[in-house]
Amino acid sequence: MPLSISLVVNGVRKDVVLEDPRVTLLDLLRERVGLTGTKKGCDRGQCGACTVLVDGRRINACLALAVSLDGADVLTIEGLAKGGQLDPVQAAFIAHDGFQCGFCTPGQIMSAVGLIREGEAGDDPERIREGMSGNLCRCGAYVGIIEAVRDARKQLAISANEDRRVA
Amino acid sequence: MNLFDYVRPASVAEAVAAGSQPGAAYLAAGTNLLDLMKGGALRPGRLVDVTRLPGLDRIETLADGGMRIGAMVRNADLARDPAFAAAYPAVAEALLSGASPQLRNAATVGGNLMQHTRCAYFHDAASACNRRDPGAGCDARGGENRNHAVLGWSDACIATHPSDFCVPLVALDAVVEIEGPDGRRDVALEDFHRLPGTTPERETVLRAGELITALRLPPEAGGFRTHARYLKLRERTSFAFAIVSAAAMLRIEGGTIQSARLALGGVAAKPWRAKAAEELLIGAAPTVESFATAAEAALTEAMPSGDNAYKIELAKRVLKCALLLAADGTPRRMPALPASVFNFDTGCHSHA
Repeated sequence: MPLSISLVVNGVRKDVVLEDPRVTLLDLLRERVGLTGTKKGCDRGQCGACTVLVDGRRINACLALAVSLDGADVLTIEGLAKGGQLDPVQAAFIAHDGFQCGFCTPGQIMSAVGLIREGEAGDDPERIREGMSGNLCRCGAYVGIIEAVRDARKQLAISANEDRRVA
Repeated sequence: MNLFDYVRPASVAEAVAAGSQPGAAYLAAGTNLLDLMKGGALRPGRLVDVTRLPGLDRIETLADGGMRIGAMVRNADLARDPAFAAAYPAVAEALLSGASPQLRNAATVGGNLMQHTRCAYFHDAASACNRRDPGAGCDARGGENRNHAVLGWSDACIATHPSDFCVPLVALDAVVEIEGPDGRRDVALEDFHRLPGTTPERETVLRAGELITALRLPPEAGGFRTHARYLKLRERTSFAFAIVSAAAMLRIEGGTIQSARLALGGVAAKPWRAKAAEELLIGAAPTVESFATAAEAALTEAMPSGDNAYKIELAKRVLKCALLLAADGTPRRMPALPASVFNFDTGCHSHA
């Protein structure tokens, strides 16, 4: 029996008819919505390459059944830059060499966005490392990744303060 | 993954009716269920989505001083709930030592209780496993079994229960609220998971169609907040299941232990309450000697089930260390590495 679901992906409503309930959010994004920035690494919740934000929280898209997320708001790596302007987390990954081959990078960046929003790691490198423990990088770019997250968090805090002053 | 019917009931009653059908399984976040279905270890014919059932996502303080946590509360939300984390800090520490941030954002309270063993032979559909396929045999007995059970195992199954969350919970006398075809019932968490015996396929006491709706902590569970720790030994710093873990909670007055709550994880098919060790500590001073005696008592019945005799000694040391940490007091702030021995300020004592 076909299942109709509706998601908001990067601010755009997507109505999708699933012929089969087995589709994960990851496969839906890549195969049905055409957004291949979210990567399929292990497909078992162990590597974090598929990390996206669902209703503002980072999760593994490979272990979420799309049909169960009917109505959810999804943010992927493609929805992060605004008007051709990189998100501060993306810019920080470039500035700090937070990647080598780049395969894990969309998941790393979405996880970092989630971590900064969660707001508990602060500027403590040990807490940031623990907070990024769900994302593996087989090139071993961890040192640059941690520096990128620290820097991006500072940039975001500065711009949040500026926003408050403007308001 | 096998094909299945997907149903999304609107009420607990509808869910129980749908979940009572043969081959049905309840779907919450699916972080464990979908993983096992992708590998072919589990093949439910119907998934009953319980993530939107009304009323199951609340964290409530009860009139008697206890707390009730809805079965669909996410692990991360519970660990971050200020009232919960203050009352049961060892439970919050255990939650934050489990899985990864992404998985904790998704995984639910009910799902944590229902998660299956990490035994590789249970996960591999081509291996013999009595737990997955009754009567098939147990490839773990002659296989890679250094992480398997040292308490409560049987010839049929030597798997362990992987939960961190359940370890301090069982020590705090948590109660599982269940809704089923015959109405509502409560089961003590200690009685919820079954030891394998000759029927390892029956992992819990849940009957067909029964659904976990909430978890309840009794008022006394809040009495250990000042001396409560969870300690977890892993093969890597983070994002790994416990080889052995321990929850230790103490009430200390005037230099004497008034009461103790102790449990071990990673050692049996259920979170392992250590009541005999708790009783030994009542009236004792919180010293390394009394903690060593208690740790010995907790493991007196332990037996290797394979290449895992080391886990018995390890469990004693982890429990002793958790007791020393609990005696030092609950840290004011959650350690950077929850439940880890690698916290220099709040981690394991070198003399343990």
